[in-house]
Amino acid sequence: MAEKRATREAYGEALVELGHEYPNLVVLEADLAKSTTTIKFKKEFPDRFFDCGVAEQNMMAMAAGLAATGKICYTGSFAIFATGRAFEQIRNTISYPRFNVKICPTHAGITVGADGASHQTFEDIALMRVIPGMTVISPADFYEAKKAIKKAAEIDGPVFVRLGRAAVPTIFDDSYEFVPGKAIKLQEGSDVTLFATGVMVEVCLQAASNLKEQGVNAEVFNISTIKPLDEKAIIESVMKTGRAVVAEEHSIIGGLGSAIAELLSSECPVPLARVGIRDLFGRSGEPEELMRYYGLTHIDISQAVKIIMDRSQRPK
Amino acid sequence: MRDLGSLRREKGAILRTQTIADEQILIEFLESKARRIRWDIIKMIGLARSGHPGGSLSAADIVATLYFHELRHKAEEPDWPERDRFVLSKGHAAPVLYAALAESGYIDREDLWTLRKIDSHLQGHPDMRKTPGVELSTGSLGMGFSASVGMALGLKIDRKESRVYVLLGDGESQEGIVWEASMFASQHGLDNLVGILDYNNMQIDGLVSEIVDIQPAAAKWTAFGWHVIEIDGHKFDEIMGAFKEARSVKSKPSMIIAKTVKGKGVSFMEGIVDFHGKAPSAEEMEKALAEIEASGPLG
Repeated sequence: MAEKRATREAYGEALVELGHEYPNLVVLEADLAKSTTTIKFKKEFPDRFFDCGVAEQNMMAMAAGLAATGKICYTGSFAIFATGRAFEQIRNTISYPRFNVKICPTHAGITVGADGASHQTFEDIALMRVIPGMTVISPADFYEAKKAIKKAAEIDGPVFVRLGRAAVPTIFDDSYEFVPGKAIKLQEGSDVTLFATGVMVEVCLQAASNLKEQGVNAEVFNISTIKPLDEKAIIESVMKTGRAVVAEEHSIIGGLGSAIAELLSSECPVPLARVGIRDLFGRSGEPEELMRYYGLTHIDISQAVKIIMDRSQRPK
Repeated sequence: MRDLGSLRREKGAILRTQTIADEQILIEFLESKARRIRWDIIKMIGLARSGHPGGSLSAADIVATLYFHELRHKAEEPDWPERDRFVLSKGHAAPVLYAALAESGYIDREDLWTLRKIDSHLQGHPDMRKTPGVELSTGSLGMGFSASVGMALGLKIDRKESRVYVLLGDGESQEGIVWEASMFASQHGLDNLVGILDYNNMQIDGLVSEIVDIQPAAAKWTAFGWHVIEIDGHKFDEIMGAFKEARSVKSKPSMIIAKTVKGKGVSFMEGIVDFHGKAPSAEEMEKALAEIEASGPLG
């Protein structure tokens, strides 16, 4: 049984390590320190941790002000509130002046579970991706999350790192090196490329293994950096396979599926399917039940592969 | 006035002139600076044919007092680490800031006439990455105030003596983030933070008191844990006195509630809501410039 760890657990751990490395690093939270795990940083560096209370907009604009005095500012809260409620603070006061603020909210996607629709967001990647100069990272597991959070400190400017609540299988280990902007090929294949991000990377690996038994060789990519997108690697792969399926725990509108469809439609048009939340709000349930309910399982990916293979084999 | 100007130059960066015994000379000096700022505001917006004259003119005396008396800053070193920060949270009053920056020597006066033009570094709302001396990019209301709280906190963490001055609009005070930030500032005892409320009681759609009233403003800010000072925002002795009082307040941020007149200094703009965001015509511009010139020497 593979190890399971939530990507949010990486946040507190990474912040403590960063706190020792960067004396000018401060952390702002909006009353969710236990849930986001920023409390670990608070315990280690109480003088550099500030709880803004339930005031996400103020947290984000204050982060910009702190960055104006030379601080690297990491922020907390849940993805829906950080990127949704405080969107314009991130757009106008953090990103327009290119401030060194890191937006690493937890509880993104459907795997939030029982809290339901108000606390689940499938729009956050879309919101962050459209902001000029924003780096958008969606790690696949705990280890990648930790490396990405730490790497964000080296990027001069705003960075969004998407973290989840639920414990999910790990893919990498502590020796993994995260390179921003690089697509990671996890499995070589020739018939179709599966581009996945976040928890869907592990799901795509499962799908690829099932597809293999059915005689379909799927190439699998982890696209953890959604912006800037590794265009070269993506184009090279689909030039070879001729088909693309994109999977994400996010709306099929505006996320990784859109980013890849935008790229391939102009550079290398191929049959493409997007697996994700189909323009819906969420609901309560256990994470695994919700993944089934919203069609985010390896079976859904295999079906998407079959559909585009049938389509591409149709006579012209 | 000439004496004070040379004194200011001799003192270099330290523009605070409270050691000068003759307050009347100082006030005349600040009046001339404010007149120069008003003249520049009118010409800038008149030539740009768009912009916000009303709220720029109402803040001119406050901004003149900040740049030519209160703030410790160096135009030749805009990033001087020990400087005081001024944030124009009501970013639509950009012309008052640009005029003060030009008069202080951060930017060329000739640049002012390029306001809002495609090649200009002077954007419709302040952009800190384009214009030297602009501390923060503002324009979306309420955020500059919140970011100023972050700045004041950052300076406290670094144990700097620098102070943060943030100019807030009265309509802007309707933004919820202002009150989120105000609670954080008092919670953390940010006594290096001074807010100035440019209370001209007018916003785009009409009178603040008739749209969503911010009264009782003093009681609100007091209740939110701030030291409140109420002044006439066009009387230099009161403006200087308020800044001095704020400097003496410990473990609390200060809010200076400055009663002002929208369009102050140009008779046909005073108290006219339409001049919130409407440029004067060429004819109106000439008339306004002549009126300002006739009111006394330009700094």
